[in-house]
Amino acid sequence: MHPVVKLVTQRLALGLILLIAVSALIFFGVAALPGDAAQAMLGQSATPESLANLREKMGLNEPILWRYGHWLLGFATGDLGVSLSNGQDIAKSVGQRLGNTIFLAFWAAVIAVPLAITLGLIAARYNGRWPDKLISGVTLATISLPEFVAGYIVMYVLAVKFHLFPSMSMVFPGMGIFERLNAIILPVIVLVMVVLAHMMRMTRAAILNVMESAYIETAELKGLSPINVIWKHAFPNAIAPVVNVVMLNLAYLVVGVVVVEVVFVYPGMGQFLVDHVTKRDMPVVQACGMIFAAVYIGLNILADVVSILANPRLRHPK
Amino acid sequence: MSVELNHLLKTAAKGLISRREFVGRAGALGVSAAMAGALLTTAAKAEEPKKGGILRAGMSGGESTNSLDPALAASEVPFTVNLLWGDTLVDVSENGEIVPRIAEEISSNADATEWKFKIRQGVKFHNGATVTPEDVVATLKRHTDEKSQSGALGIVKGIAEMSSDADSVTLKLVAGNADLPFLMADYHLIIQPNGGIDAPDAGIGAGPYKVVANEPGVRHTFEKFADHWDTTLGHADQVEILVINDNTARMAALQAGQVHMINKIDPKIIGLLKGAPGMSVESVAGRGHYVFIMHCDKAPFDNNDMRMALKLAINRQEMVDKILGGLGSVGNDFPINAAYPMFDDSIPQREYDPVKAKEYYDKTGHDGSPIVLQVANGAFPGAIEAAQLFQQSANAAGIPLEIKREPDDGYWSNVWNVAPFCASYWGGRPVQDQMYSTAYLSTADWNDTKFKDAGFDATLIAARAELDGGKRKAMYSELANTLRDTGGLILPMFNDFVAAKRDEVGGWFADPNGEMMNGRALAKCWLNA
Repeated sequence: MHPVVKLVTQRLALGLILLIAVSALIFFGVAALPGDAAQAMLGQSATPESLANLREKMGLNEPILWRYGHWLLGFATGDLGVSLSNGQDIAKSVGQRLGNTIFLAFWAAVIAVPLAITLGLIAARYNGRWPDKLISGVTLATISLPEFVAGYIVMYVLAVKFHLFPSMSMVFPGMGIFERLNAIILPVIVLVMVVLAHMMRMTRAAILNVMESAYIETAELKGLSPINVIWKHAFPNAIAPVVNVVMLNLAYLVVGVVVVEVVFVYPGMGQFLVDHVTKRDMPVVQACGMIFAAVYIGLNILADVVSILANPRLRHPK
Repeated sequence: MSVELNHLLKTAAKGLISRREFVGRAGALGVSAAMAGALLTTAAKAEEPKKGGILRAGMSGGESTNSLDPALAASEVPFTVNLLWGDTLVDVSENGEIVPRIAEEISSNADATEWKFKIRQGVKFHNGATVTPEDVVATLKRHTDEKSQSGALGIVKGIAEMSSDADSVTLKLVAGNADLPFLMADYHLIIQPNGGIDAPDAGIGAGPYKVVANEPGVRHTFEKFADHWDTTLGHADQVEILVINDNTARMAALQAGQVHMINKIDPKIIGLLKGAPGMSVESVAGRGHYVFIMHCDKAPFDNNDMRMALKLAINRQEMVDKILGGLGSVGNDFPINAAYPMFDDSIPQREYDPVKAKEYYDKTGHDGSPIVLQVANGAFPGAIEAAQLFQQSANAAGIPLEIKREPDDGYWSNVWNVAPFCASYWGGRPVQDQMYSTAYLSTADWNDTKFKDAGFDATLIAARAELDGGKRKAMYSELANTLRDTGGLILPMFNDFVAAKRDEVGGWFADPNGEMMNGRALAKCWLNA
């Protein structure tokens, strides 16, 4: 077997094992909480009799391993069960919210990733001179600002003072794509501000590291322009660490944007999870936990695979 | 009325100047603030409503777990949503009178044990069917079923027998209750086709607006129901409720003009709002109150001297000023205020008196160990700060109060109704009987002060069936005094409902029954373009 295929398969298998381990952690963690789903559902009106009935109905009297297997199997086949608090199909309600979260993350990434890499290249090219200092200063300032503060500042200036964009990013089914894009401008700006610095600094550092190599000196001596040297010789060799940090930030855009979603009233996964945690709606919390874990693990595997493929020593074994 | 005042009224009613500005300017013409408020309410109602447009409200109190089933409504957004698509038998006016809705006439027998509601002819549900007396009975029956988990279970439990004939519904009660019509105005008791038994969360009712989009925790949109019987409701073509739980985001949406009205203004920012152009703060004294509750059956609170010492050791006015930003009124250790019918305003106000508090405290012979007050911020907005103020004023009287902070999560199941001394919140009820019966009757589930007094119970039940207003008022006064002097309730303040609206909204008036004009602001207001 080609070593690349072997390595990639290994990574995928490891990811799967990790996901199963996480699922066990989520399931047994929730099961270990005091009180069970039936008790949470009935709340104050629980009587021993109604509790017993509901437990029977929900299959809570089965052995815990059997329930875990059942739940995992359902998850694999897309059946996430029903929400305790409003009886709706979880897969359907989560699906819409997840779609919204990915939509927002996608557009933030489309702007942030190329911007961060370009800024990183420029900063590396003018290392130690004023463009480098300016770029680093500004991006470090934006990352240092807590997200909600950045959110409120952007909202105050662009929505309340100048009425340029809507202060709320409410999106709903049936909305046109341009309407949607207009609605999410403010959270996209904030998310770009938050993730930019990390990726930019990593790109800059990785390229500067490569720039120390002898072959870069050769390229310079050949008479290539500095930007050409970076683009053709330094960047391809700096891809692995950059991809890793890009993926980490993409994962953050999906699983870590609760605060931004709340500030801009965006109907994504974050707000959804918070609501259900407050209501102790365990099946929904478990489903959200699994989805977040899957996204995180998936993107990290992708980063690994890209780094493997980007490594010429692995692509062209002797 | 002077020409100037008349002109001012018209300007204010159209929303061209704010309520506050109107009261100020009317004051300059020699009109008292209370009088000016009343005048404005009349003028706002007299103004010709404008039809059309999309009226939007930004509201906190909605979750993605909300359902359209009226039995389950427990927070602000479902409360408002259900009153848009649904309607109740009766409503309570801003002056505390019964307003007929689906029931057109109400009558009872002499001892208030049997009530007859004549159902209005030709009221249509959104599915085209006509509202019948059977639908009304089916609705009430569904709420009596434990399985419906209805918030109105306590109300319908008091009905022994329900029957309907061609044009009316008759309810026979377990015991006489002169307040029954007020109970039927409860927001859970929305009349649904066949009682909503087949599909409780279908959102089909007889209200002024039809549900278009129902996205719990995000937004709810409605369009006007053309066949609604009452033409004084439903001026905008479409109405929308956007769920904005974040305080700052809600405020920004109002300022940016994305919504026309918002609920729940944080008292901390009211000062900042005064200068903001194009909008006004609308505050109305309600029945909700913030409380500290002591269990009368647990030491050291089983000694009335201790309860009295703590009641005297709290500075009520300071709390209203600092916790409510002045938008509220002081409490008097019983859960009733002037917003209730038959309130006795001659009961003396209890004041902060550290000297007397110390006397009572010394009488108890308490060993001096700290008295633990359990608090979470989720008990009511500013609960921690209120507890700290209480601690300081009590320490000044020599009473060692210790605050134990609890997490918001699980507060209502682990601390409230469990811990002997903690902070809590009550939303108030439409009538005195219901408030006392919910929380101060010996047998009540939610008797969170464990107050058990046979004489109190007897008077409460006797007052329920008393149709003579004067006697009834005297009985309620007796209940209030008993609770004030022997109960486990420390009631420092009643909070106002504070909302804000943009100036283009017409038809707003103060309604003490609930926030946002008792949930009907979107149906009763209109847009002055």
